[in-house]
Amino acid sequence: MLTAHAAAFQINGKTLVSDINMAIPPGKLVALVGPNGAGKSTLLKLLSGEIKPTSGAITLDGRALSSFTALDLSRRRAVVPQSTALSFPFSVREVVLLGATVPGFAEPPEHIERMALDCLRTVGLLALEHRLFTNLSGGERQRVHIARALLQLAMAKRAENEPGILLLDEPTASLDLAHQGVVLEEALEQARKGLAVMAILHDLNLAAVFADELVLLSAGRITARGTPAEVLKDDVLSRAYGCEVRTNRTPSEGVPFILPHYIRAR
Amino acid sequence: MTSEALHLSGSRAGKTHRMSPAQVIIGSAVLLAVAIVASLSLGPTGITLSSLPRVLSAAISGTTDATIAREQLVLLDIRLPRTLLGIFVGASLAIAGAIMQGLFRNPLADPGLVGVSSGAALFAVATIVLGNGIAAPILAPLGIYALPVAAFFGGMVTTLILVTIAGRHGQLMIGTLLLAGIALGALSGALTGLLAYASDDRQLRDLTFWSMGSLGGANWPKILAILPFGILIALLTPLLIRGLNGFLLGEAEAFHLGINVERTKRIAIVATAASVGAAVAMAGVIGFIGIVVPHIIRLLAGPDHRVVLPGSALFGAALLLFADIIARLIVRPAELPIGIVMAAIGTPVFLHLVMKRGIGGSE
Repeated sequence: MLTAHAAAFQINGKTLVSDINMAIPPGKLVALVGPNGAGKSTLLKLLSGEIKPTSGAITLDGRALSSFTALDLSRRRAVVPQSTALSFPFSVREVVLLGATVPGFAEPPEHIERMALDCLRTVGLLALEHRLFTNLSGGERQRVHIARALLQLAMAKRAENEPGILLLDEPTASLDLAHQGVVLEEALEQARKGLAVMAILHDLNLAAVFADELVLLSAGRITARGTPAEVLKDDVLSRAYGCEVRTNRTPSEGVPFILPHYIRAR
Repeated sequence: MTSEALHLSGSRAGKTHRMSPAQVIIGSAVLLAVAIVASLSLGPTGITLSSLPRVLSAAISGTTDATIAREQLVLLDIRLPRTLLGIFVGASLAIAGAIMQGLFRNPLADPGLVGVSSGAALFAVATIVLGNGIAAPILAPLGIYALPVAAFFGGMVTTLILVTIAGRHGQLMIGTLLLAGIALGALSGALTGLLAYASDDRQLRDLTFWSMGSLGGANWPKILAILPFGILIALLTPLLIRGLNGFLLGEAEAFHLGINVERTKRIAIVATAASVGAAVAMAGVIGFIGIVVPHIIRLLAGPDHRVVLPGSALFGAALLLFADIIARLIVRPAELPIGIVMAAIGTPVFLHLVMKRGIGGSE
């Protein structure tokens, strides 16, 4: 399991996150929420192994993340970036095949090819296989990257007790209503299949619907953790976001939804 | 117009139209073979490759005939080393371009454009001018390798400075890279000019050769001097394929994919410096190869470095040989600097690419 033990990260004397204690359990979708500048991206970089904590530790199955090689780590966890500018004309298929941690992507063995197409099918983009990545919409690009990450995790031969970890950096940032649902549905589906999934989400309503667990980050610290019902409370959110927040529940499902106070002021 | 619109107009509704890797590699190899035969056959003396069997049998039997001796000189001691040098320089400059573009994730990165060639030239020129003076104790033991080794370090220093300046904050900024490259190139040029004051007449003639580039000085000792560099490049380049493919997504993404980012960078820097250094040491500064050749290969076969690197090597070697043939025939019996020919070939091709597809750069 990917776990943070009192992890902190400082740079140039400035503390970006501190006292982070959390875990991403297999089978669960954890949503990392919080205001801008709270340290969500920094925490994701710590959890992905991209940066090392300046104090405390991030461990994977009890072993410090920094003791893994990049290659070993890539067999366990995949990351979907917020946005990637590609400078060269890739086809969709090629971007996905980059997830197959193999030497290249020109003529992959047949079984890898099949897995890549499966991953594209999973995100509903099989028809775009030969399109140029640069010509896709933001939502399509996001899903291509998810397919790439899924292929990365599917390729790695892992033991039963070594579930894959999927980290998504604001996967719904540039998506419309329908595609926000599609992407998070897929993330949840992957969690149900056994992956440990964590996504940075800005939209608390989406987090309320899809996440098993919410981690609320505010000024570099975890200020609340738990189920959506436990975290999404008026006082907790108002404190974290520095504005008056009103939590409601959908009449039929009882799922929390949030309206900031400025809605009422109109 | 946005880069997306450019891509769309250039690639017909965004579908990829590509040749297979095998087609591109075989096509480039055939082109290179044609270039080699042409390079050995053509020249102001009118001696052709048909003399080769005679020359070889005479060389083996030890016959001394004035005509054959002249043919032997032209074919084996002038054209053959010149052709080999052309292959090496064309291939290594094209590879260096492809590696830098992969490393900096931008098709505009080129050793000539960002000052790496100028840095290598500066160190080479310094070796010539100071080689018999203050630098003699260091350079003399290196013998024929002094020049390429010095140019290698010149290229390496420039590349390291570029990576440090443009690569702060974990991501490379192409604007910073290009501007820093222009500044470094200008500084190297100025220092090279300064060295010209310290040089004698013979050295000065050598120096003019650096600015435009030429294969004219090719001989067997030079081929011998670059041989270790050729071997080094051939050994290092395959190690870069996977890493550079990952880099195309971004540095953080490459790490997520399991690539040892720092190791890839180190190898890329050494391979680039070795390629550019050895090429510049033997043939001066020749532009455009590093930018045009990988571009064409990517247009034909896509950005996979398993094709881009070997394809660029073959195609770059062929292109430089053709440019050299033009350089030595067009104003014969005189000879044009090959840099002029490459600029004449490269500029329109490059501008055409830019107009047709965009540089594919920022989105």
